Amino acid sequence: MPRRRRELYNKEICACSIFGAMNRDGDRFKGQGVIEAIANMHVRGNGLGGGFAAYGIYPHYQDYYAFHVMFTGNSWEAKRCAKQDLEAFLCENFDVVYDEEIPHGDETLVSDPPLVWRYFVLPSKSGEDANRTEEDYVVEKVMWVNTRIENAYVFSSGKNMGAFKGVGYPEEIAEYFMLDREYDAYMWTAHGRFPTNTQAWWGGAHPFGLLDITVVHNGEISSYGTNRWYLEMYGYACTLQTDTEVIAYAADLLMRRQHLPISLVAKILAPPIWNSIDRMNESEKKLLTTLRMVYGPLLMNGPFAVIIGETGRMIGLTDRIRLRPLTAATRGEMFYLSSEEAPIRLISPELDSVWTPNGGEPVVGELKNIRMVKDEVIPLS
Amino acid sequence: MKSFLFPEFQVFRDENLCDQCRGCERQCAFGTHRYDETQDRMISDDFKCAGCQRCVIFCPKGAITIRPTPSSYRPNANWSREKIEDLKRQAETGGVILTGCGNDKPFRIYWDHIVLNASQVTNPSIDPLREPMELRTFLGSKPDFIDLKVDGDHVDIDTRIGPNLMIEAPILFSAMSYGAISYNAFNALARAACSSGTFFNTGEGGLPREMREEFGRCAIVQVASGRFGIDAEYLNCAAAVEIKVGQGAKPGIGGHLPGEKVSQSVASTRMIPAGADAISPAPHHDIYSIEDLSMLIHALKEATNYEKPISVKIAAVHNFAAIASGIVRAGADIIAIDGLRGGTGAAPKAIRDNVGIPIELAISSLDRRLRDEGIRNRCSIIAAGGTRCSADVIKAIALGADAVYIGTAALVAMGCNLCQKCYTGKCNWGICTQDPRLSGRLNTDIAAMRLSNLLAAWSHEIKEMLGGMGINALESLRGNRDHLRGVGLYEWELDVLGIKGAGE
Repeated sequence: MPRRRRELYNKEICACSIFGAMNRDGDRFKGQGVIEAIANMHVRGNGLGGGFAAYGIYPHYQDYYAFHVMFTGNSWEAKRCAKQDLEAFLCENFDVVYDEEIPHGDETLVSDPPLVWRYFVLPSKSGEDANRTEEDYVVEKVMWVNTRIENAYVFSSGKNMGAFKGVGYPEEIAEYFMLDREYDAYMWTAHGRFPTNTQAWWGGAHPFGLLDITVVHNGEISSYGTNRWYLEMYGYACTLQTDTEVIAYAADLLMRRQHLPISLVAKILAPPIWNSIDRMNESEKKLLTTLRMVYGPLLMNGPFAVIIGETGRMIGLTDRIRLRPLTAATRGEMFYLSSEEAPIRLISPELDSVWTPNGGEPVVGELKNIRMVKDEVIPLS
Repeated sequence: MKSFLFPEFQVFRDENLCDQCRGCERQCAFGTHRYDETQDRMISDDFKCAGCQRCVIFCPKGAITIRPTPSSYRPNANWSREKIEDLKRQAETGGVILTGCGNDKPFRIYWDHIVLNASQVTNPSIDPLREPMELRTFLGSKPDFIDLKVDGDHVDIDTRIGPNLMIEAPILFSAMSYGAISYNAFNALARAACSSGTFFNTGEGGLPREMREEFGRCAIVQVASGRFGIDAEYLNCAAAVEIKVGQGAKPGIGGHLPGEKVSQSVASTRMIPAGADAISPAPHHDIYSIEDLSMLIHALKEATNYEKPISVKIAAVHNFAAIASGIVRAGADIIAIDGLRGGTGAAPKAIRDNVGIPIELAISSLDRRLRDEGIRNRCSIIAAGGTRCSADVIKAIALGADAVYIGTAALVAMGCNLCQKCYTGKCNWGICTQDPRLSGRLNTDIAAMRLSNLLAAWSHEIKEMLGGMGINALESLRGNRDHLRGVGLYEWELDVLGIKGAGE
């Protein structure tokens, strides 16, 4: 075998603020409140990354995959070349029904913005791909773009949802993409970033996502190397040099491809300790032992709090010894998750309940009357 | 014929302290010490001394010092003393030079060129004295995914997981056969494994019947090319079965237990006549290719009702990663790889010192190979050969091993001082001998306690290092090369290890 070069990537380390708000009736609302809330945690970030994911924003194109793509590069020429390459690839593999530049405000609001474009597409499968599920097809093509096309990066690929992110404080990014007035969503997640060691890159901001699963994350995954090789065995290319990416891919693998319910996914990402498992009754013990044996490499070790968004659902989870903060709250049909309680109180002074979830215990908010359609389990190679 | 060899060691006896108790004379099976009645003093024959230090430690007066002989040839970087003397020895005997223990040549010890990570600021380190710290490890095949039926709170698992070994720390005792080592040493390993929640490996010499009921549950029984001591009960009393294809100390060759070591008890355990040489052929004569191995793996699975994981042990040699991948596909649940510095009771010195590759490189390339092929979860990797301390263990895990086998380290815990005379059967420490006068010196209870202490101490240290990295479960370090950096290594070595240089 030819010798493989070791990788010289730098894993990003960052502390952050995270926030999520969801209307469980599915009523859509503008991003104003969420922007105020994440801005209230200004000092948890340092202006090197902010982002949002919004669900339910493209009702007119809800049957199409909405690709948000950034074209980076030092010159217009580089961005234009990347766009040409990407569009050639899209035309070959998808039917593009509509595309446009994502509307944005004054470029002086942020530093060095890339060209950000959105495409509404349907897979156009042919040949060997005909038998694959649409979602697997899309995932593979997205991975292909992100690893092979220079300066083009698909950072959002779900249906009826989209991510907006960049370098700056989250409120600046929101202003740049005009999130307070352009979009109505039933669920928003937001992120303010405090990276310690890397050059700011627009693609490196949160949320990270694949299809409609997005992740905003506060923490550092010390098991990154282990999580990564396991996910790579299942075809996930970890190209973004950040540990948050592995959470998004793990969620995709476990929830979408292997159809595990979120209660079990939480037990994989943040399992109970063996001392607790050993004291459980036989059936629970068997289940949790089996999960840890098989999915041990997906245990997310180190401090983290995440908000995972997917169509119709918002999930909060911390690591099993809860080394990062997470507060959950409800008010009527509204469901909130936040690094701190203050921002929730800022936009909703009265709350029905506020609580701090235990480490490793998922908090799940779901749309009422949601119907999740499950396919058959797809055996892996 | 007059021998032209120097003595290897010099015995110094402080005449003021020595009171001629003749303890050293009794301790030394090589006959180094002798009481001279006419002079009423102890005298020594330096030529016989193996440097095992038994007399030094057991001299009640502390009168003895053993040190390498100061005599030397004219310094010559090419013709070292060892080269000259090996050559003389062969000129005098016409034979193959035998030796014991592992490769002692100055090949690069990669463990000593790899440093570990620790958390600072962004990620709190975890104190194992106050927080849970988990080393529990499962060895065996794992499926790609679990098929479940969820009905409310009730979950049914449809996927059947193959048999796995559970260990509380990622350290097992390596294969050392009864016959090569004494009954007491063998028994101590078994006891320590059972009391510490790990496993010992019987080696190829069978498992004495009277030990099966008590210790079978923590035994990995070996099936080697000599097929000694194998019957259905042997296979089924154990926790796992290991097919031994190769050994790191002597890849490519078999084994030879001289008839002098085949006592009545060794003979009945091995199912051979007492006093007969026990010869293990170099290859298994029913395995001449990978499909033959597959048949043996499945025959053993049949024989054990698919209830035991099957391990295959190979020596780390040039193309072993591709071979190991084939072995996984052939149905093995565990791959044990034995590196360049793996130990032995007896091996030709030329083989021990020149064949095989370092285990650190081997772990990394095997782990990566199996990941590239998407079959890493189908087997566990046990790394053997060259583990000296807890830091070596944790580095092995981070390079991709699931657990390590310790052999030499376990022997040292029992008293071995690596004099490399295992093949003579005269081990003064009672470990590598079948002479009842010598083997009786090894107290099984004490030896077992020393082994258990070693495992406990290493486990504590592993937990400390793991917590320092901000990790509280060992599975999160497996193959996690992020936590390793190389110091003083060439680019190609970093590439093979898959780690960055320090500061990168």
